[in-house]
Amino acid sequence: MNFKSTIGLEVHVELKTKTKMFSPAPVTYGESPNTAANVIDFGFPGVLPRVNKNAYRLGIMVALALHAQVTHDTHFDRKNYFYPDNPKAYQITQQERPLGTNGYVEINVKGQKKKIGIHELHVEEDAGKNTHGASGYSYVDLNRQGTPLIEIVSKPDIASPDEAYAYLEQLRQIILFTGASDVKMEEGSMRVDTNISIAPIGSDKLGTKAELKNLNSFAHVRDGLAYEEKRQAQVLMAGGEIRQETRRFDEPTGTTILMRVKEGSDDYRYFPEPDIPPFHIGQEWIDEIQKEIPEMPDKRRDRYVNDYGLPEYDAGVLTATKEMSDFFDATVKAGAPAKQAANWLMGNVNAYLNDQQVDLSATALTPEHLAGMIKLVTDGTISSKIAKKVFQEIITNDTDPQQWVESKGMVQQSDPQVLIPIIDGVLDNNQQSIEDFKNGKDRAIGFLVGQIMKQTHGKANPQVVNQILVSELKKR
Amino acid sequence: MIDRDQVAHVAGLAKLQFSDSELTAFTKQMEDIMAMADQLDAVDVGETTPLYQVTDLKNVFREDKPERWQTREQLLKNVPEKEAGLIKVPSILDNGEGEA
Repeated sequence: MNFKSTIGLEVHVELKTKTKMFSPAPVTYGESPNTAANVIDFGFPGVLPRVNKNAYRLGIMVALALHAQVTHDTHFDRKNYFYPDNPKAYQITQQERPLGTNGYVEINVKGQKKKIGIHELHVEEDAGKNTHGASGYSYVDLNRQGTPLIEIVSKPDIASPDEAYAYLEQLRQIILFTGASDVKMEEGSMRVDTNISIAPIGSDKLGTKAELKNLNSFAHVRDGLAYEEKRQAQVLMAGGEIRQETRRFDEPTGTTILMRVKEGSDDYRYFPEPDIPPFHIGQEWIDEIQKEIPEMPDKRRDRYVNDYGLPEYDAGVLTATKEMSDFFDATVKAGAPAKQAANWLMGNVNAYLNDQQVDLSATALTPEHLAGMIKLVTDGTISSKIAKKVFQEIITNDTDPQQWVESKGMVQQSDPQVLIPIIDGVLDNNQQSIEDFKNGKDRAIGFLVGQIMKQTHGKANPQVVNQILVSELKKR
Repeated sequence: MIDRDQVAHVAGLAKLQFSDSELTAFTKQMEDIMAMADQLDAVDVGETTPLYQVTDLKNVFREDKPERWQTREQLLKNVPEKEAGLIKVPSILDNGEGEA
């Protein structure tokens, strides 16, 4: 029997704000426990939560970037649950009227384009962090409690682990380009839960789904889903039944492990949050935010391929981060030919960033200096060998490439008026090489070029030297 | 109608445990409370849109400016057990119930 998979993804993303969702406590990373929290985060009686306008704005921005409808009339709800990571015993979220609905992300898996629907997205607060001690105690740090989150719930449009992976990559990149979040799985600013069910091909009924947790990378999501596809198929083939359960991905074995069987649906007893008045989000504000959204990576890739004639591969590498893409655009704007700007950024610049483990912004390189250096190469002022030295200089120091090569005497000699007398002089002193050349020994040219380079201290433009040398030899 | 199972279920959600006699007593009380609330069903509200709040306030936002209010010492004053600035609680078995 063959099965088809139905996969849904729930993604939590921490929004890049200065303060928490409902309190003015600072959002920090790695601060001493319980120092970046206040009475609102701790859920003291009588405190009044107030909504962070910037967090809501970033939420709308993500909704728009995902082509979702922004809800005009909305309010917050309480989701009740008991767990020590949240002393209020409820999470303030948007259950009934989420911030955005009905968006999509376009993915491309092995050349096949497909739209993955987004059911809804909403803003809410993060919980604190528990660490589990060996002594029969757990320890709670509430610094993270109240950090603004956006939760993005996909439609069950995802049909394979590879599509899930592609969806996550696209989603991450889109959010990264809005600047609303750092979206780093390794730092927990992006977290993924997924559910999967399988059903025989041709069946119009969905199977019972299993939830997967503890997915710390996109690869874990893909591997965990692939394992579940196999496991569920084996259970069904053996005549068994899939239970509704929560499972955990186990990295060392690449399998999933049962955490708990769910009986009935979760019962969170949602009700409208009485402490926060409702919202009317006007079209004016939405339009304003729409204008602030930078050009998205798919649009940029199209532009690079169609307007600049770059290969799809280059377009992909250049749009890996917004920083790189912005830098490329600025370099082209400063006058560099697109392909050469792309080659330098994808080659030497990326190699430098990997080698030094730094971001582009942490280097001294500017788009103007890179474009200036490329111009020096294209107009023959410097050789490509010298260009590598210039590159080392401009990526480590704020140096104007033109002034630098001049001050260092690195300017290439391309002027025939200057080169012809030098070349003639070298020929006059090397009669034997002229004979060798006439007898068909091409390596004589190499020797002569070497002599000319010696005379010019390596500054002669090799291409120009070659041209003149050949024509001068033929005259003799 | 509210039955004992429902009361036990809600108690379970709130991590509360009741004896048999308590369950019987609370079932009766919950029934009375629900019956009182059910009186509202008699009112025909027609197409009236739901009201989520009665304050008449709308769009109350706060600017994204950080403020430091309490110190950790102040915040942890009511905490029964603490260690190294952390709140100490009975061991939590991570069975996937925690939320983000």
